[in-house]
Amino acid sequence: MSAVLAVDGLRKSFGGVHAVQGVQFALGAGEMLALIGPNGAGKSTCFNMLNGQIRPDGGTVMLDGRDITGMKPRDVWRLGVGRTFQITATFASFTVAENVQLALSSYHRRLTTLWRRASSLDRDEALALLRQVGMADQADRQTGILAYGDLKRVELAIALANRPRLLLMDEPTAGMAPQERVGLMALTARLAREQGIAVLFTEHDMDVVFGHADRVMVLERGRKIAEGTPEAVRSDERVQAIYLGSGAMYGEGH
Amino acid sequence: MDIVVVQFLTGLASASSLFLVASGLSIIFGVSRIVNFAHGSFYMLGAYLAWTLVERLPYGPLGFWGGIVGAAAIVALLGLVMEFVLLRRIYRAPELFQLLATFGVVLIVQDATLWLWGPQDLLGPRAPGLRGAVTILGQRFPQYDLLLIFIGPVVLALLWLLFTRTRWGTLVRAATQDREMVGALGVDQKLLFTTVFMLGSFLAGLGGALQLPRESVNLQMDLTIITDAFVVVVVGGMGSLGGAFLAALLIGVLHAFGIVVFPKITLVLIFLVMAVVLVLRPYGLMGRKPGPVAATVGLVTPLIGPTPRALVWLGLVAGALLVLAPLFVGDYTLTILSEMAILALFAASLHFMMGPGGMASFGHAAYFGLGAYAAALLMRQLGLGMPLGLIAAPLAGAAFGLLFGWFCVRLSGVYLAMLTLAFAQICWSVAFQWVELTGGDNGLLNILPSGWAQTRQGFYWLALVLSIAGILLLRWLIRTPFGHALRAARDNPLRAEAVGMAVGRLQWAGFAVAASFAGFAGGLYAYFKGSVFPTFISIPRSVDALLMVLLGGVDTLAGPIVGAVVYTGLHEQLMSLTDYWRAILGLIIVVLVVAFPQGLAGQARDWWLARNGGRA
Repeated sequence: MSAVLAVDGLRKSFGGVHAVQGVQFALGAGEMLALIGPNGAGKSTCFNMLNGQIRPDGGTVMLDGRDITGMKPRDVWRLGVGRTFQITATFASFTVAENVQLALSSYHRRLTTLWRRASSLDRDEALALLRQVGMADQADRQTGILAYGDLKRVELAIALANRPRLLLMDEPTAGMAPQERVGLMALTARLAREQGIAVLFTEHDMDVVFGHADRVMVLERGRKIAEGTPEAVRSDERVQAIYLGSGAMYGEGH
Repeated sequence: MDIVVVQFLTGLASASSLFLVASGLSIIFGVSRIVNFAHGSFYMLGAYLAWTLVERLPYGPLGFWGGIVGAAAIVALLGLVMEFVLLRRIYRAPELFQLLATFGVVLIVQDATLWLWGPQDLLGPRAPGLRGAVTILGQRFPQYDLLLIFIGPVVLALLWLLFTRTRWGTLVRAATQDREMVGALGVDQKLLFTTVFMLGSFLAGLGGALQLPRESVNLQMDLTIITDAFVVVVVGGMGSLGGAFLAALLIGVLHAFGIVVFPKITLVLIFLVMAVVLVLRPYGLMGRKPGPVAATVGLVTPLIGPTPRALVWLGLVAGALLVLAPLFVGDYTLTILSEMAILALFAASLHFMMGPGGMASFGHAAYFGLGAYAAALLMRQLGLGMPLGLIAAPLAGAAFGLLFGWFCVRLSGVYLAMLTLAFAQICWSVAFQWVELTGGDNGLLNILPSGWAQTRQGFYWLALVLSIAGILLLRWLIRTPFGHALRAARDNPLRAEAVGMAVGRLQWAGFAVAASFAGFAGGLYAYFKGSVFPTFISIPRSVDALLMVLLGGVDTLAGPIVGAVVYTGLHEQLMSLTDYWRAILGLIIVVLVVAFPQGLAGQARDWWLARNGGRA
């Protein structure tokens, strides 16, 4: 299995704080990798360096064997990296379909088109994506007034518009009801398997992590302290030490 | 060498007043998030009140300084009244409406000042005990200026003590960072806001009062100082007192040297310095990148749907009536209608960048005026007529839009808007001062349209057709993928970048498009008036456009047209009724903002949706 994403020696400091120190991992097509760790472990920093939101101090990020370290988010996206955010990022003053259409038009490099109406451009393709995430029936509603769970699905459809090889999901289920969480992650896992997308996600909900991840990676104070199958990580002593007492590892926290 | 030192000191002296005003503006903005246009008016009132008090009180140190401080105190009370009566009602209104309301106050204060003190410039007495000059390196330097040089740092130190050593100051700093949290901690926000507004107004009033012995008191002080204060705040970094101080020194010294060395391009010099600062430090000398804007709950910009059928019919009927208008109405009405058509295009161009583009401009008249001057100069210098003039006008607008926009799109929100104002003032000063080319205050005359358009009817049809075409083109652009991308970048820049959009470039292009349509409107206006004056670029002209867009409503496509028609009509009516039309207009603006925070067309749309049970 050749790696879709290969990260090596990734480093970032803010002032004197070493947020991420020499993280290394790889991720293959169709694989779901969960990135977990206590607050302040460096998950988000690590995440934001992968798609160019933050420029790393050192290390490399390779996508399909190509060095994308320090590239701008929009260029990383062009190379096939989809992204969802911890706080959903959508275009509130557009309809659901138009949101996906915008991403599609950008992907097809039609944003400077001046002789077509945007609302009819790439609409069929957008509806097809919305059907995949179960939002086709709400295609013409305004995005800004959707329920949060639906918004997450719209964002997923947007993230799929560039036919990504890699999907980065920062706390995909934060703020959702427990039932919705399972639904969204099952959907993501299915899409990943069907389309051979590599998925990296951060998550606080251990039910989601151990229910859907193929592999789990644990960060603490900017360093990777464990990586492996969910079972292996669950029984890792250092991981248990970090989470000891919180009960979160065993899904008792909810 | 001697002259250099003295000019340097003169610059430092002017910097003190500038710092007082800019720090007040910055403090008020920090806590209330309101850009107070009326801050310049408070400065002017400070000077006028000081003049009256110093004249009335017995001459002597006590009378003089009592008058200065008394004037500032009265201004602080006026600030209290303004906060209490007006701002309290609109803290929850959109940012730009607050701005509009404060501009209403500017108009009211202008006329009130005119009424109370008359139109002539007033000269104040010298400060007792400081009437003489000291000799520095063989050059005479006023003692009073020497005192002013010290006042700036003293006030800076006092403010610093106030903000770091008192509980009130700590609360103000906390509120500047997170208003909601301070409220959640049980602090009486109303009291905090009111006192902050009073302090800011006091500083503005003091700044104005202290100028009394240095320069004549006049009715142009308000807009002049507010421009300088905006520049200082942008250069220094919003919310940073130290930054404001540094920037005030920089600008003050530049002014002083510019006037001696390059009297004609002082403002251009300041522009260059500002440009360099902003390229190196986009958020000002000591400013920091503003944190991510908290998601505003319950405030979702509405969709731009397909035009409702009823509105299309209304437009067609109105269009037909307008085309046939010369058959029914007289010359006077045709003139007004021509002006309305051109200004509607001007407003639509501003709407394009403010609404879908999300970039508010306080200086849109720059491009309007540049278009007008381009057309006029082609005729005066090269003898080229209207067809080429109307091609050159949008090109001139676009060229300067690209130049200024390159700087502006690096900023956002009010910072961007302040920068647009500064650029417009620079254009204005060039048009005003480069007499050989522009005729200065006398303007360029005899800018005649082509022969067939020289009749009132002919020109009316020309203006009508071209303006409608321009407006329809802008509406079309909003609906193209480019327009959608621009609006998407406004809705969520983070998401836009994450789906491959180059937000900065999109905004730059949007800025230039808006500027070119404004330039086109300006070109038309030049032939309409038959002459071009620096007032085409002045702040009031920019504010006219802003008023039209905001009155109509930013979030509706019909907004700018409604706004232009209502505003121009109102303006004409008021001017024919009373000399104090500014005050009435200001009052109307204030009332409209309080009553219809969504604008007229926005209100109409909500009413329509409510009636038809539309999706909203």
